[in-house]
Parts: sequence; C-alpha cells; structure tokens
Amino acid sequence: MDALDRRIINEMQGGFPVCEYPFRAIADRLDSTESELITRIGCMLDDGLLTRFGPMFHAEHMGGALSLCAMHVPEQRFEAVAKTVNAFPEVAHNYQREHHMNMWFVLATETPAALQAAIDSIEAETGLEIINLPKLEEFYVGLHFEV
Amino acid sequence: MTASRQTCANETVPELDRRLVLATQTGLPLDARPYHWLASELGITPERVMERINAMLADGRIRRIGVVPNHYRLGYLANGMSVWDIPDEVIRKVGREVGELDFVSHCYHRPRQLPDWPYNLFAMVHGHSRAEVAALVEQIAALLGERQHGHDILYSRRILKKTGLRLGG
Repeated sequence: MDALDRRIINEMQGGFPVCEYPFRAIADRLDSTESELITRIGCMLDDGLLTRFGPMFHAEHMGGALSLCAMHVPEQRFEAVAKTVNAFPEVAHNYQREHHMNMWFVLATETPAALQAAIDSIEAETGLEIINLPKLEEFYVGLHFEV
Repeated sequence: MTASRQTCANETVPELDRRLVLATQTGLPLDARPYHWLASELGITPERVMERINAMLADGRIRRIGVVPNHYRLGYLANGMSVWDIPDEVIRKVGREVGELDFVSHCYHRPRQLPDWPYNLFAMVHGHSRAEVAALVEQIAALLGERQHGHDILYSRRILKKTGLRLGG
C-alpha cells in the first residue's frame, strides 16, 4: 500500500459520483488517471485491503429486517453451534466475543416475519436461547477509517 | 438497444430497483462507465440506471457508494463493542453525543433484555490495540459521567462469518 492507495481509501469511502465517467472525476481530485484508479481498486480488492466497492444498502429502508442477536454457547459446543448458526443464509455476520454472551450474529431477512422465523429455527436447532437486540435508533454509522 | 436486452415494458419501479440491487449487491463493475455497463446488463438506458440509483440514495436505501476497507488490514486490529446502561430519559441525547465521537463507527440504541442483558446503548470502538480501545472507552465514560449506570467492552476473538446483505435471486 503506497501513498496513492491510502489517498484512494481515504477519499473513496463514500460519495462515488453517479455520472457517465465517475472514476475520471475522482482521479482528477487525486492527481491520478481513470485507468490507474480502476487498476488500483481492483488490486486492493484482490489483495483483501478492500472488502467491497459499490453501493452500501440499508436493509430496513429496503423493506427488510435486521437484528443483532446474542447467545451464550457452552465452550465445548462452540464449534458445532457456530457451524449450525452459520449454515443459515439469514446470518450475515457472526462474531465470537469474549463475554458470557460469546456468540453475536446479525440476521438479515427480507421481511420482519422471516426474521422471527429464523430466530425460532436457530433456537430449535441449537437448543439455546437467543437474546434479540433489534436496533431502536441509529445515531451514527460513520465507518470512515483513516490511513 | 437490441431486442434481447429490452426489458418487459410493464416492469414496475420496485421490480426494476430490485434487479438493480441484485446486479450491484456484490459490487459495481470496475469499468470506466460502470452505470452504462449495468444498463446494458439490465436492458435499460444508462439514464434510467443513474436516475434509480440517485432515487435510492435520496431515500436512504443506498447509504453511500464507495470502497469498504478491511479495517484489520489497515492496522485497526482491535475492535471493541462497548455497551452502556443509560437511563431511558437521556438515551437519545447520550446516543447523539457518543455517535459524534470520531473513533465510534456505529452507535445504536437497542432494547435491554433483563435480567440477562442490562445494556441499551452500543458503540463500536476501533483501535490499533486493546489498550487503545480501553482508553477510548474510558473517554466515553468520562464524557457521560453519572449518565451511565454501567458499561462493558466485548472484544471480538474471531470472525465466524461475514457476508454482505444478500437478496435471494
């Protein structure tokens, strides 16, 4: 990662233009060229420095439902339960965290009813209780990382 | 426009938007004219693609368009989910104050689930080390003073699964 890569990451975490030649508009700002910018983004995606390039969708505004769920999973069952939970397509992210509540996952579904159905199914398959923590209000989702 | 690319004339706006979401949920094409590329994929005009994307930006269905860095690879190795027990009458004011801090990437009001879960404010704090995250969380505690009745930090040990939002085809 060199200076131009860092500038691309800092400049491009939002505000990608909606016009015929959007890369050209940004390349001008970064003293780069359209083709170099496209190549650099492609390389950083291949390399894993970037996980994504494109529109970030807002699940609830699309009519879908999203919730954060927590479970206490006994250590000796952790790997098996992780496998069971991850197998659900509704599970978008799943993290192991250092706490009594040691498994935290985000459920994303196209409807609120499907969300509850997924919770019920995961509880039935694992025999564990889920704490459902749906978002009541969002104060900020910045996600801007400076490099 | 060729006949094969012509879309059904009576396609509704929601149907078109859904096709656009499906076509872009794994990302935008790395092409000098990405919206024109999408237009030819979807069999509609580039102007229509840009109009619908602008509409989704305006009503919040698209939060933003850009790159998503892998924060672990950028050296933000520690991510701590800080959780707070905040009196309901001040949750909104406190939430806004915490959300404005530049080291907080997400800040949400969520329900308590007593007796198992007493915390109703979640603020994700990113740092280069756990010590840095802990120091940042102490900054939040100092800012809140007596407006918080307890807090904790949950560090992630491992990502078990990470996929983007996916609509079924």
